[in-house]
Amino acid sequence: MTKHLDRTEIGLLVALPLLICIAFVLPKWIVNYVHVSMGTGLVALGVMIQMRAGLVSFGQGLYFCVGGYAAGMTGKFLGVTDFFVLLSAGIAAALCLSFVLGFLLRRYREIFYAMLSLAISMILFGLLSSTEELGSTDGFNLPTASYFGWSPTGETARLTLYTLTCFIAIGCAIALNRFLKSRVGYVNEAIRENELRVEYLGTSAHNAVHLTYVVAAVVSAIGGVLWALPLGHVDPEMTNWTTSGQFVFVSILSGTGNIAAPLIGTFLLEIIRVYAVELSPNTWQLILGSVMLFTIIFLPKGLWSLITSKQKSSKKIGASAPKPGE
Amino acid sequence: MLTAIAIAVDGLGFAAWLFLSSVGLTLIYGVMRILNIAHGGFYALGAYSSAWAIGLYTATGSPVAFSFLLIPLAALIAGGIAGLLVERGILKFMYGRDEVLMVLVTYAVFLILEDVTKLIWGTESYIAWQPAFHFGTVEIVGIPYTVYKFLIIGTALLVGLSLFLVLNKTRVGKLLLVVIEDREISSALGINVTLFFSVTFVVGAILGALGGAITAPEISVSPGIGAEIIVLSFAVIVIGGMGSIGGAMIGAVIVGFARAASVHLYPPAELFSIYLVMAAVLAVKPYGLFALAESRKI
Amino acid sequence: MTKSRLGASFGSLLRNSTSIIMAAGIGVTAAFATAGTAQAEDASVKIGFVTFLSGGAAGPFGVPARNAAELMIQSINSGAIPAPYGTAGVGGAKIDPIFVDENSKQKNADYLKLVEKDGVDMVVGYISSGSCKAIAPEAEKAQKLTILFDCGTPQIFEDIVTDPKYTFRTGGHATMDNVAAARYLQQQDVSLDSIAGINQNYAWGQDSWRDFSQSVLQLKDGATVSTEQFPKIYAGQYGSEVSAILTSKPNVVHSSFWGGDMEAFIIQGSARGVFERSKVVLTTGETAMHRLGGQMPNGTVIGARGPHGDLAPESELNDWFRKAYFDRFGTLPTYPSYKMAQALLGVKAAADKAGSADQDAIIGALRGLEWEGPSGKVTMALANGHQAIQDTAYGTYMYDKDAGKATLVDIVRFPAECVNPPAGVTSIDWIKGGFQGAACD
Repeated sequence: MTKHLDRTEIGLLVALPLLICIAFVLPKWIVNYVHVSMGTGLVALGVMIQMRAGLVSFGQGLYFCVGGYAAGMTGKFLGVTDFFVLLSAGIAAALCLSFVLGFLLRRYREIFYAMLSLAISMILFGLLSSTEELGSTDGFNLPTASYFGWSPTGETARLTLYTLTCFIAIGCAIALNRFLKSRVGYVNEAIRENELRVEYLGTSAHNAVHLTYVVAAVVSAIGGVLWALPLGHVDPEMTNWTTSGQFVFVSILSGTGNIAAPLIGTFLLEIIRVYAVELSPNTWQLILGSVMLFTIIFLPKGLWSLITSKQKSSKKIGASAPKPGE
Repeated sequence: MLTAIAIAVDGLGFAAWLFLSSVGLTLIYGVMRILNIAHGGFYALGAYSSAWAIGLYTATGSPVAFSFLLIPLAALIAGGIAGLLVERGILKFMYGRDEVLMVLVTYAVFLILEDVTKLIWGTESYIAWQPAFHFGTVEIVGIPYTVYKFLIIGTALLVGLSLFLVLNKTRVGKLLLVVIEDREISSALGINVTLFFSVTFVVGAILGALGGAITAPEISVSPGIGAEIIVLSFAVIVIGGMGSIGGAMIGAVIVGFARAASVHLYPPAELFSIYLVMAAVLAVKPYGLFALAESRKI
Repeated sequence: MTKSRLGASFGSLLRNSTSIIMAAGIGVTAAFATAGTAQAEDASVKIGFVTFLSGGAAGPFGVPARNAAELMIQSINSGAIPAPYGTAGVGGAKIDPIFVDENSKQKNADYLKLVEKDGVDMVVGYISSGSCKAIAPEAEKAQKLTILFDCGTPQIFEDIVTDPKYTFRTGGHATMDNVAAARYLQQQDVSLDSIAGINQNYAWGQDSWRDFSQSVLQLKDGATVSTEQFPKIYAGQYGSEVSAILTSKPNVVHSSFWGGDMEAFIIQGSARGVFERSKVVLTTGETAMHRLGGQMPNGTVIGARGPHGDLAPESELNDWFRKAYFDRFGTLPTYPSYKMAQALLGVKAAADKAGSADQDAIIGALRGLEWEGPSGKVTMALANGHQAIQDTAYGTYMYDKDAGKATLVDIVRFPAECVNPPAGVTSIDWIKGGFQGAACD
């Protein structure tokens, strides 16, 4: 069963070489937005898979930040520059933290899940903002990555990092697609519909939520590392609620129907913002807000519904399925 | 002892401001199940219009005493108009949608309100200190406190009490409680739920604007103040229990005292004291202190 | 052509979901790519300006800086500035500006977009120290002349880019502000026995308080810190902090608050007598003095992060700048405006000296350059000629009730060498080491 690739996965695999190719044909500045969008897009993916279980994390920036800071601190204090070590450090930190916090958060639903995740991310924000060793709110800079002893510079370094980022981002997307189609993935959808019934059927909703939380944390931390390395800089703003909020908005705007949606949505929203700033540097928020509003009014299931609208999509997908009792 | 009294007074003053700034949010959530991020926009509108009106008024040299009337008036007009426009123009079309989607809608509205505020009043800050100074200070254990602070505390109590009375002692209030309890049944009973929604939203918006308007004389009203209030008021109503007026009051008092205590006893913790309290309360009472009991639907 | 390509990819977008990812990726990016690349005119120099145009820093900093940029661009292009800047253009080239909001989560990508897509010849901007930390290495990588005009952290050339080629900073860093504040208080015979601080809980506030309190501890034996308050930035409500300061009864209260936070603190603190019971020093107080008028208590010690605004020495250039700014915007320029003007005049001076607006020519001439700004002489003395030093000044606030005019009295000027560490020494080491090598007349 696992050998069989579904259409999304085929699409992602086809996209991979193309994604890498654009680094050579398109101007650097667009590639740069694509690059950072993959990092933040992965965090949006982390938000999205929780949304499938009806859980909205308003503090996903926590793991985005944990990933970036773990990689940064490994570089800063241990002098390590190897890409894979830095990435592992980010993953390990997120894994440990989310495993522990998962015991607390798995008991919460709806707005309380959102607010508790937000509270925890803001506690980290407060701690980092008053730690002078880590540059306080200014953050600190990361080293240029090396790869198993090979330390490219300049253009080579940029392209190497970009290519690796593409591989990892697409790899994560495929893995998450599998996750959504796994047993836990379906349990999550059932939790969103009716948690009590899930428990009556003999499945632990707590465990499913806990696992989902950890998976989302790890993906977000990977996103954090992949975002921080090309930037070469991390700061506590990564775990501020405004950052987390943006991930949520991207996920909703893109739609939860397909794993690729948050990745593309992140990039599109970024480009819209860039052009809004260029068009009207003083009132770009007005433009961005209006675009968001119109998207929701006309595409309530997100941008992705543009694609699926022709097919008869199953009612189960999409966050606006009617709730029992309403 | 001195510190303890200072913490109590400071905590109460901060709590009153918090309550006024978050009661509109909890009202709207309780009735409509909308977590209204645009609340920050209403707060900013209230603050700007109040500071602007007081500035114009005092420039004429008229007696300061009457400028107090401008505060509720500014809130009423700014909050009323903005609330009505947002509800009739946008939210009306979105009722029945998912809660999360509504958060996004109100966020978009917030972004738009931010720039609208900027377009109306520019980026310069506004100051309207006259009312805050008008009554001078009183000394408590040797520390002067402005009388205006106590006026804010009084207003907070008044707003809380009136909301309580309206909700529990009047026919409209009781009907509203029915709507909160079960939207569908109340609709079936012939209650005009849509009208209740409209009125609630506008009242919530006015209360949000009042929070901004009443604090305007103490601060410098500048771009970005709306964004600051959002998370703070979320924390307050989550601690107290979403949708509960009494909860918002308790939540405000807890947060207010926590912040005052950290400022006096351990200043570095001020930055995250509120979130620490929120995490602690939620860890013990997962649905806040005064959450409305909800039947589990099988 | 662009349109049809985009249309086609949208068609396939709807038809086939497997090809969607590449279609969206290629189609959209291709469309933007062809729309890119700016057309450069012969005698123009394109400058990207990055300041806060939204958020809490827009009102006090970003917008005054943008206003000054607009004024200076127009005046430089038309040759309306007094000597020695009377020639039109920079090195003969007219400035063609593009403004960008610093309030963004993707500062580096935005920067690269300016460089790559908009094809700017140089970037002038960055108010937040966090931005500068992130942008300085990026500028070196992109090999694009970048002038940081305001941000305060000393780390830029001390830690982050130790061998700068393309990055310059035309304003002094924050150490100077706080060392000078401590020296000013000492000269004015203010008792420094007990000091208190109220600063925002982020890098700027923490650094400012550290530099100030350490300087006072050096200057005055036995000085004690009565309370250190660090409220959150944009908190706006300082009731508890004011009580804490009042109960600890310090001689001096130091604050590096800026913008709305500072004005809120002045209102709440003055209403409750903080300014009467203690000497208050506001390191950025100048931005508020004309706005608050009689509401700012007399006797408050005021700084402007350099000799800007009311602290600027008399000169023809300064008079012109104040008048031109007031005529255009209806308010007097505050220090962010001065710093922007200073940066642009530095660029002009360098380009005129080199006789070209070419990047390499400007870099060559700007390194180690000395020029006159509206607030006096600026010298690119540190970090191999990339970091400016400048005199600074402090004054005491006095409101003339009859004239309805805010003024500064007892102005004391501090030579750059008196309040800045010598080249090669980090700021905090220099303060803790007792200001070795400081030349204060």
